[in-house]
Amino acid sequence: MTGVSEVLARTKKEGRAALIGYLPTGFPTVEQSIEAMVAMAQSGADIVEVGLPYTDPLMDGPVIQTAATKALENGVRVADVFDAAAAITQAGSAAVVMTYWNPVLRFGVDTFAAKLRESGASGLITPDLVPDEAGEWITASDDHDLDRIFLVAPSSTPQRLASTTAATRGFVYAASLMGVTGARDSVGDQAQVLVERTREVTDLPVCVGLGVSTPEQAHQVARFADGVIVGSALVRCLLEADSFAAGLDELRSLTGRLADGVRRT
Amino acid sequence: MTTAVHSAGLGRFGEFGGRYVPEALVAALEELDEFRTKAMVDPAFIGELTQLHRTYTGRPSILTAVPRFAEHCGGAQVVLKREDLNHTGSHKINNVLGQALLTRRMGKTRVIAETGAGQHGVATATAAALLGLECVVYMGKVDTERQALNVARMRLLGATVVPVEHGSQTLKDAVNEAFRDWVANVDHTHYVLGTVTGPYPFPEMVRDFHRIIGVEARAQMLDEYGRLPDAICACVGGGSNAMGIFHRFIDDAGVRLVGLEGGGEGVHSGRHASRFSGQAEPGVLHGAYTYVLQDEDGQTVESHSVSAGLDYPSVGPEHAFLRDSGRAEYYPVTDDEAMEAFRLLCRTEGIIPAIESAHALAGAMKIGRELGPSGMVLVNLSGRGDKDVHTAASWFGLLDDEATTPPGDAPRPADDEAATGGGESQT
Ligand SMILES: Cc1ncc(COP(=O)(O)O)c(C=O)c1O
Repeated sequence: MTGVSEVLARTKKEGRAALIGYLPTGFPTVEQSIEAMVAMAQSGADIVEVGLPYTDPLMDGPVIQTAATKALENGVRVADVFDAAAAITQAGSAAVVMTYWNPVLRFGVDTFAAKLRESGASGLITPDLVPDEAGEWITASDDHDLDRIFLVAPSSTPQRLASTTAATRGFVYAASLMGVTGARDSVGDQAQVLVERTREVTDLPVCVGLGVSTPEQAHQVARFADGVIVGSALVRCLLEADSFAAGLDELRSLTGRLADGVRRT
Repeated sequence: MTTAVHSAGLGRFGEFGGRYVPEALVAALEELDEFRTKAMVDPAFIGELTQLHRTYTGRPSILTAVPRFAEHCGGAQVVLKREDLNHTGSHKINNVLGQALLTRRMGKTRVIAETGAGQHGVATATAAALLGLECVVYMGKVDTERQALNVARMRLLGATVVPVEHGSQTLKDAVNEAFRDWVANVDHTHYVLGTVTGPYPFPEMVRDFHRIIGVEARAQMLDEYGRLPDAICACVGGGSNAMGIFHRFIDDAGVRLVGLEGGGEGVHSGRHASRFSGQAEPGVLHGAYTYVLQDEDGQTVESHSVSAGLDYPSVGPEHAFLRDSGRAEYYPVTDDEAMEAFRLLCRTEGIIPAIESAHALAGAMKIGRELGPSGMVLVNLSGRGDKDVHTAASWFGLLDDEATTPPGDAPRPADDEAATGGGESQT
């Protein structure tokens, strides 16, 4: 098994940032989403962020929400993310699941953690669960040896940066800007400032997400962060293609170019 | 049970409440909590709010006895707390004026709001005009159609109304969109959340701004009737008007607190907004741990109600606490029952209620029959029905181009007998 920590240690040794790609499970179908995630890993994504679609994704912009809604209409179930994570780890890549809190709560926090561990995934990213409310998840992730990836934001106070990173394991997810997921024309300087502020309070790797969509932006962010997280731009490859096969080609191609971006010096 | 117990802890009412939000919003919620905590004990703030209540909203709102309506309530005495007489037409203005003053105190220049029936949007647009704030209101596309009059009112007041076209296109999705806007603009924007839900401190803060309803009502009851009511009926969407009138009475053990939810086509039909009967389970939606209509995967299930203001899959966490602790009771009222109560109040008392409030009236018809002639029911008439005239007129077939039946004598026949909870209300 390859955990995110090992991957991030390896990419650091290589003197580059890791590329982390997000796709929602179940879009267009469960099998195709798994195929796409594996393809992304094979095309240069060091870590795959496996999305669990949710009806009320208030941190997501229109691209991810549209894909998630279609996945739900197509009948994706919570348990499908474990299959996706297992396929990714079997293909030799690292996987983390990203989801809003209620599906985990309803599934049962400890049962969810056990299944996640079994699937080979490293841990969980929780965009609407801050450590303050995460008691149950902190216990379960300790019991099952899983990473807990909490977010920090440009608005986080120094105290919160310290307390949030202290609760975090695996890597810190730095939200590059105040806003929701979706491609942006440029990555603002808030991202770099936030990474620097975070580094003052933790030795954990700091990965930057929100708004990164082009190889050029990936290159820029890779210069100051340990990992570059790309979501909407990759989802859009599948969303806007005429056929799944064409979408997959587009996804492979963009992943490859982003992977070049994080390696460029 | 004392007030202190359910105000303790960081926004927890028993196990309910909390703050389930993106980290990006935590700083703003902490700032809001600090400002409102200080403001609520600051004579200058309280003085300004009280002055606005008196000279702008029209508080105190009066009590009205409704004996002809009460004849349909098992003979119990029925008294209305007239929040419908407030400026802008509903209780919503109480909370909005408070939050708008806080916005100014925090140095923010823009407010956003979500709205279902449009009353909260209208109240927010009003306060924004009054205080010179920029205002954007998110509203589900379906709701912009059924509450078109309120959309026009908001625009007249200078607000931008954004129709939300994804999800169920109702209140729930308007809330999601408002949160997205807030995450992006939190440095100069305050989110004027419209009910007693959301992340801490909203449930407590909004309740405190509405508490005046119950504070007035309790004093008025003692003054004018020399007694407290046996029961208080209020409709529950998110639950702000209900919390507002309930809160001052929580320690009065002899007063039943009764919340009425949108029963839609009946809880067995699956098309309803009753979070406290049927398949709802505790979970997290929009920042709070509370009862949520959800499926076995924790995905939110769409609610249904003839009333846009009650059409919401979750409920304020303090209501969840009052329910589980047994202090308050909650019942669903079907669309048919609510519209029958609506028609009755119009015909017997010359008062056109909001369809939301008609659910509380239907509750009084049930509770009144339980209490009998010695009983007394206080109903929170949370709003007036101007905004609902079109919905009601087409429900009863009163529009010239739709009229097929003589005006208003019978409610629209139910498609599905079983789903309506029977014909009890049609007597
Ligand atoms: C008149 C009226 N009553 C009640 C409600 C429901 O809100 P709450 O449950 O917060 O009182 C609304 C919401 O729009 C309303 O307009």
